[in-house]
Amino acid sequence: MTLLVKMHGIEKWFPGVHSLKSVQFDLAVGEVHALMGENGAGKSTLMKVLSGIYKRDGGEVWIRGELAEPAGPREAQDLGIGIIHQELSLMNDLTVAQNVFIGREPRGLFGRLDERALNQQTAEIFATMNLKLDPKAIVGTLTIAKQQMIEIAKALSFRSRVLIMDEPTAALNDAEIAELFGIIRQLKAEGVGIIYISHKMDEIKRIADRVTVMRDGEYVDTVQASETPLSRIISMMVGREVRESPLQVPDTSGNEVALDVRQLNRGTEIRDVSFSVRKGEILGFAGLMGAGRTEVARAIFGADPLESGEIRVHGKVRSIKSPNDAVAAGIGYLSEDRKHFGLATGMDVRANISLASLDTFTNGAGVLDEKVMKDVAVGYISQLGIRTPSDRQEVRFLSGGNQQKVVIAKWLLRDCDILIFDEPTRGIDIGAKSEIYKLLEELAGQGRAIIVISSELPEVMRLSHRIGVMCEGRLTGILPGGAGTTQEDIMQLATQRDAGVSLAGEK
Amino acid sequence: MSAVIPTLAPSTPGKPKSPLSRLIEMGTHQRLLAFASLIVLLIGFSLVSPNFMQTSNMIAILQATSVNGVLAIAATLVIITGGIDLSVGTLMTFTAVMAGVVLTYAGMPLPLGVAAAIATGALCGLCSGTFVAKMKIPPFIATLGMMLILKGLSLVISGTRPIYFNDTPGFDLISRGSLIGEIIPALPIPNGVLILFLVAAAASYILGRTVLGRYAFALGSNEEAVRLSGVNTDGWKMAIYALAGGICGIGGLLIASRLNSAQPALGLGYELEAIAAVVIGGTSLSGGRGTILGTLIGALIMAVLTNGLRVLSVAQEWQTVVTGAIIILAVYADMMRRKKA
Ligand SMILES: Nc1ncnc2c1ncn2[C@@H]1O[C@H](COP(=O)(O)OP(=O)(O)OP(=O)(O)O)[C@@H](O)[C@H]1O
Ligand SMILES: [Mg+2]
Repeated sequence: MTLLVKMHGIEKWFPGVHSLKSVQFDLAVGEVHALMGENGAGKSTLMKVLSGIYKRDGGEVWIRGELAEPAGPREAQDLGIGIIHQELSLMNDLTVAQNVFIGREPRGLFGRLDERALNQQTAEIFATMNLKLDPKAIVGTLTIAKQQMIEIAKALSFRSRVLIMDEPTAALNDAEIAELFGIIRQLKAEGVGIIYISHKMDEIKRIADRVTVMRDGEYVDTVQASETPLSRIISMMVGREVRESPLQVPDTSGNEVALDVRQLNRGTEIRDVSFSVRKGEILGFAGLMGAGRTEVARAIFGADPLESGEIRVHGKVRSIKSPNDAVAAGIGYLSEDRKHFGLATGMDVRANISLASLDTFTNGAGVLDEKVMKDVAVGYISQLGIRTPSDRQEVRFLSGGNQQKVVIAKWLLRDCDILIFDEPTRGIDIGAKSEIYKLLEELAGQGRAIIVISSELPEVMRLSHRIGVMCEGRLTGILPGGAGTTQEDIMQLATQRDAGVSLAGEK
Repeated sequence: MSAVIPTLAPSTPGKPKSPLSRLIEMGTHQRLLAFASLIVLLIGFSLVSPNFMQTSNMIAILQATSVNGVLAIAATLVIITGGIDLSVGTLMTFTAVMAGVVLTYAGMPLPLGVAAAIATGALCGLCSGTFVAKMKIPPFIATLGMMLILKGLSLVISGTRPIYFNDTPGFDLISRGSLIGEIIPALPIPNGVLILFLVAAAASYILGRTVLGRYAFALGSNEEAVRLSGVNTDGWKMAIYALAGGICGIGGLLIASRLNSAQPALGLGYELEAIAAVVIGGTSLSGGRGTILGTLIGALIMAVLTNGLRVLSVAQEWQTVVTGAIIILAVYADMMRRKKA
């Protein structure tokens, strides 16, 4: 076995955090090596050390048999190491092609940019990826899934020998994941080594050859993916057994209707969407990427305008023109894109958790009570297991999954009657995921109406008392939750491209 | 989980630290860096010129800081939200003129003049805030427009002539009197300086302890995330601009009192001095980070430089060159710090 990468005894310190404690890792030619661990285990940090973004504080790195000291991302790229970051790092105002070739633009005479060659070369990369995307589109106008694909195209364009993928599928739907796996297999056949980080356990069996598990910044073990049961990998990650409790659908048909939306419309994104949620009920929304679920949620929350439609909260028609109105009406919305819409990343954990509820921490003169805010923040940090040295740590220094938990804490604290969770477990580890499921069920049990949007069918099916399915801006059906509904039933509605709204499960 | 993370010297056991890296770590706080530069400047000037450290000169420096300091505090508030206020200088003048209208033209009593200046400032700030928050005009352009409008209005209302406050007894005491000096004769700190420190303390309190301040930082950090938290972002932003305007009104009173007149042609250029002080003090022009203490130190550095160079009889033209260089140096230091972080 020829080793592309060998890391040994890697150490990394941050103020107050010992992130990597003598960690080891290696990667063979043509191998997919999965790196697993809970949120904050140190996976991203280890990969940033390998790709020259962080300087390590100890240990050795060999790349293709030679001791290497990548001084920066550029040098690491020259050594053949490409990385796709967990947080997208594209320039929103530039076009797709400009992003892919940033820093290496094809030039003509006198340094004139050759836009034609730029777009053409980008189109060629997309063609090899089977990706239908206009190289001239502005990145900011695309969905997260598309942006993720662009990141992948960008990394591929470097002809990397080692490709690091940090949670590449967090924002992708099943079809897109299948496409990505196709690309990964192709790369593998060409001898590229791939380091694959994901919290989706099923992917490990599908794509990985070996699995290395980290816990609390320490190396735990490396095992063969095909020979090791998932449950063993999970207990290696978490350090204990994770038990999944099955879904129990309560009878909420007699409860008061908390939210009732009728005939919502906006262009082709939202077409005639009507549904209702009762108190104590969890309504899941399934659908392919771009089906319009996020658009509907944002419109209800007043973040985007509606052309027509009616929103009733507890039976009363409410005019919701802004998120401010929505929160006043008791509706909360947890965005799918935490970095842009969920967090003030330059502020600390405490400030972020309290951001939506500052009025409860003030006296008449608008003076904040830091002590109570601290107590509340510390409470959520322990309840949700947010890994942070203190409540004063700036959120941008937390690992991706822990940032997500901060957003969740913010909305739990805001205590709305109607809560819309858009991809609540994106990037969250398996242990914390089941904690969050429990939490959502508790919230419903307390009489709140919960809407959960998720691209992961197992998640929708695990949580929902009823399942709304959308396709191309229309609500194509609402199915009953529980064992009676299969993935096929949902997929059928999710791909039902013509009219004919069936309301089979509508109570 | 441990209690509070040390902000200055993170304890990273096992990792040996060189004196150099320790120095850099200290520099990780721009405020410290700015403060250290201030001390170095003070020591440097006093070494080359024995007159520099005299109490009267120190007080002159403080007095010279007061107007720019107050305007810089106003600018800091807006800049923290991710905006910019180019109108602080001409707004200062406009509020001084309005005080003149109330006191000299209409002959009303002093408190009404003071109230008029501050209210005018707040109202104009509210206008800028409305342009920015409701009409979505970029802050640079909205306040550039305000800057010109206010300059013009000052000239129109005053008929381009200075308005004197000779008929209002006590007006000059707002800036030039010394309450502290009456109590402690050895410390004749002028009221203008006292007011600067009071404004600074209040602004600092608002930023650090109140909802308004928290939203100011949050807006500068990620406005969309704040909006999606259900916060009335437009309203809070307007409040910040109004507060900044009100503080400019205090600046207007200070300068009018010092000159015992409202000089309608004055004001242009003050906004740049104010922004310079803010930047030297370590407030990020992209918003989300900044302190009033830093701004205060920034304003002091500028005043010390001007004064010190004058004491050394460096030509006025060169003083401007040095100030420009200091701004670039200060921001460069800030950049190095952030790159390291
Ligand atoms: N720049 C930084 N400054 C301070 N602490 C950091 C920094 N980067 C990472 N950390 C800390 O190091 C630890 C490991 O973080 P890392 O991002 O590697 O986790 P991860 O395994 O990728 O988790 P996730 O699955 O949530 O993405 C965390 O406790 C995190 O808070
Ligand atoms: Mg990570």
